[in-house]
Amino acid sequence: MKIDVALKVPREKAFYFFTSIGNYTGENAASLKEFMEKINMVNTKSLEFHLQRGDFEKWISEVLQDSELALEIRRLQKLGLSGDALRNQLFSAFSRRIRYLSV
Amino acid sequence: MRYKDNAWLLDQTDLKILEALQEDAKQTYSAIGKRLGLAHSTVYDRIRKMEQQGIIRKYVALVDAEKAGLEKITALMTVFTDPKESEKVAEKLAKSSKVLEVYTSLSEELVIIAKVVSGSQEELHSFIADSVAPLPGVLRIRTSIVTKKFKETLASISPDLSES
Repeated sequence: MKIDVALKVPREKAFYFFTSIGNYTGENAASLKEFMEKINMVNTKSLEFHLQRGDFEKWISEVLQDSELALEIRRLQKLGLSGDALRNQLFSAFSRRIRYLSV
Repeated sequence: MRYKDNAWLLDQTDLKILEALQEDAKQTYSAIGKRLGLAHSTVYDRIRKMEQQGIIRKYVALVDAEKAGLEKITALMTVFTDPKESEKVAEKLAKSSKVLEVYTSLSEELVIIAKVVSGSQEELHSFIADSVAPLPGVLRIRTSIVTKKFKETLASISPDLSES
């Protein structure tokens, strides 16, 4: 199945960025492209929170149905990255995937 | 109790009776009368009038949910909203069985404050992430999980009111 990087999912299926249990940052993403943009906007605490919980992997796999990117994110999770190092690695993974899917 | 300007005005005796009922709604008219120095018939008449006028809405049980094993997590959730959508968000929250109380408040921003109960932190997070954050008009959410309760009451009038 060809994945449309800009295709937006309905708001109830979008990804909502939290920094901890119940604390929503106000940032959300409804497509792969939007998600990549938000990686550079949200607090790294939020990225760490969701990566540890496996939320990114789950959303990419279940909502965007991109199993390859989900696998890449799972690999990142195992590296135990934090802060800007995590942000950079996440952004690279998403931008590589978007470039590949856009060809 | 008397009627003035489309509203019932309560006197000090009414307020003291309400205060006594808020402490223990199962006590008898005689017990209240004895405490306040009133005949039990006076207490009965005043309570009946306040029931008829909807000032006393109903009598309910205050359940200790933790002892009953019905809940594990209580959280106070502050929802920052677009002022245009605030009422709708508050109404949606009020419909959820996980939400026990909902208030709107205006400080620097218009916010909704809600008391939420949940079986676990994970269940609380799923509720907020799946059912609250996606509501149109929700700008951000701050949630504090209660670690210890020092006071909880259903009272809606303070004893200070019946003493003034």
